[in-house]
Amino acid sequence: MSAVVVLAIVAWFVRAALASHFVDGRVVRQYLFSPLILKGARNTVLVAILSQVVGVILGVIFAVMRLTKNPVLKAVSGFYIWFFRGTPVLLQLFFWFNGVPSVFKHLTIALPFTHVVLYSTPMTTFMTPFMAAFLGLALNEGAYMAEIVRAGIMSVDEGQVEAASALGMTSGATTRRIVLPQAMRVIIPPTGNEFISMLKTSSLASTITYVELLRAAGDIYSTNLQPVPLLVDAAIWYLAMTTVASIGQHYLERHYARGQAREMTPGFLRRLTGNLALRGKR
Amino acid sequence: MVLAESVQKWFGRNEVLRGIDLRVEPGEVSVIIGPSGSGKSTFLRCINHLEKISGGRLSVDGELVGYRQQGDRIYELKDKEVARKRSEIGMVFQRFNLFGHMTALENIIEAPRHVLGRDRATAIERGRALLERVGLGDRADAYPAHLSGGQQQRVAIARALAMDPKLMLFDEPTSALDPELVGDVLEVMKTLAGDGMTMVVVTHEMGFAREVGDQLVFIDEGVVVERGTPRDVIASPQHARTQAFLSKVL
Repeated sequence: MSAVVVLAIVAWFVRAALASHFVDGRVVRQYLFSPLILKGARNTVLVAILSQVVGVILGVIFAVMRLTKNPVLKAVSGFYIWFFRGTPVLLQLFFWFNGVPSVFKHLTIALPFTHVVLYSTPMTTFMTPFMAAFLGLALNEGAYMAEIVRAGIMSVDEGQVEAASALGMTSGATTRRIVLPQAMRVIIPPTGNEFISMLKTSSLASTITYVELLRAAGDIYSTNLQPVPLLVDAAIWYLAMTTVASIGQHYLERHYARGQAREMTPGFLRRLTGNLALRGKR
Repeated sequence: MVLAESVQKWFGRNEVLRGIDLRVEPGEVSVIIGPSGSGKSTFLRCINHLEKISGGRLSVDGELVGYRQQGDRIYELKDKEVARKRSEIGMVFQRFNLFGHMTALENIIEAPRHVLGRDRATAIERGRALLERVGLGDRADAYPAHLSGGQQQRVAIARALAMDPKLMLFDEPTSALDPELVGDVLEVMKTLAGDGMTMVVVTHEMGFAREVGDQLVFIDEGVVVERGTPRDVIASPQHARTQAFLSKVL
């Protein structure tokens, strides 16, 4: 009964939308594969993947630092997480793009304690919209990943570390070969969520003139004055990206679940892809 | 092989080991018994430096554990050097501690490959032989979660043996097992003792102590209360505390 009511409401909305010519399908099709939208989609994928990868690396480093006994490393890691998790990512993007070049006019890399300059460039040349988006998103992501990785590492039984130590493995080898692979089981699902979220959060980079998907759509509709079809185009691409990302997450999870007593049940995606395959055959 | 001289261990303000003296000769099986909280497991863990001793001297095969002596000063060893020494001492834990993401065989070849640097084929060949030896030749590709407790513990013993240790430490190896699985594990340990392995075993299995032990050590409240041949200690314990303990476990 409740299903009927819900379906009725949905049908009513769809009918109203169609009747009002809410979306002009022709415009949607016209721009879906237009060069600017494709460029935006490529840039979204590029900055999201790069930021996520660097975020994961930073996360592992800061999580391990936070779990060491060294009080300095612990404090540095704690401060990093506190700062980058505690301020809006949009603020951080503005900081890199507007703040940094306003204070540091040149980026100069020199050998420490000498005057030998290896590389020097005006900051505005270095801090492109892409660079600012990448730095902002990656450093912000690193703080979240550090907490996710830390939770993963702590989920591994202390006995695993003892057994590895007793076999003569160094603490570095123990972390790399014993602890992290087992922590992955706990780390992967939230990391998948983080990446899906990253694909969408990267749209904030549109505010610092980085031409990613949303900015590309905005640039087009600011001239053709057709916001709805272009937002629909962007939405379609975002959905395509996040769908691919969730499928990838599913396979990663399955890989790292090996050795578990509880076999993974075929999840929502498996059933979804199973259905699609069936439909394709007909 | 093992020489402990007034070994002390503090956890914060709590003195767990209050001067343990013990000597284990090469090829000898020493069985340590005692009530829970007596410090027997802590002492065992000091032997391979999983716990740092707070006082006294502890040496394995003539070398200090976790430290090196230069003149009359003692320096703590670096992580790498401690690891190298530990690789010569096998340890079997109460809770098995097999690596959950690796199969039985992968568990066994992990340290030979990445600590001793043996090549894969050699490590696998030896690993399979060891699995055969503990009666699990057919379970090489099983993950720990799919093995019974007794099977896991036998894999853990094979994993320790793969490093060709000169000394094996057993920390209550059968305490976490269902009663019907204890026998298989003890059988493997008996064979090992028969082959001349030097072993220090913390256990409650008095039958094993009587049958296999060369030395029975009773520890209570952080000190060695009594030691001797298992037969003597079990048949005629000299101390009241030993008598009281034995009357409960026998």
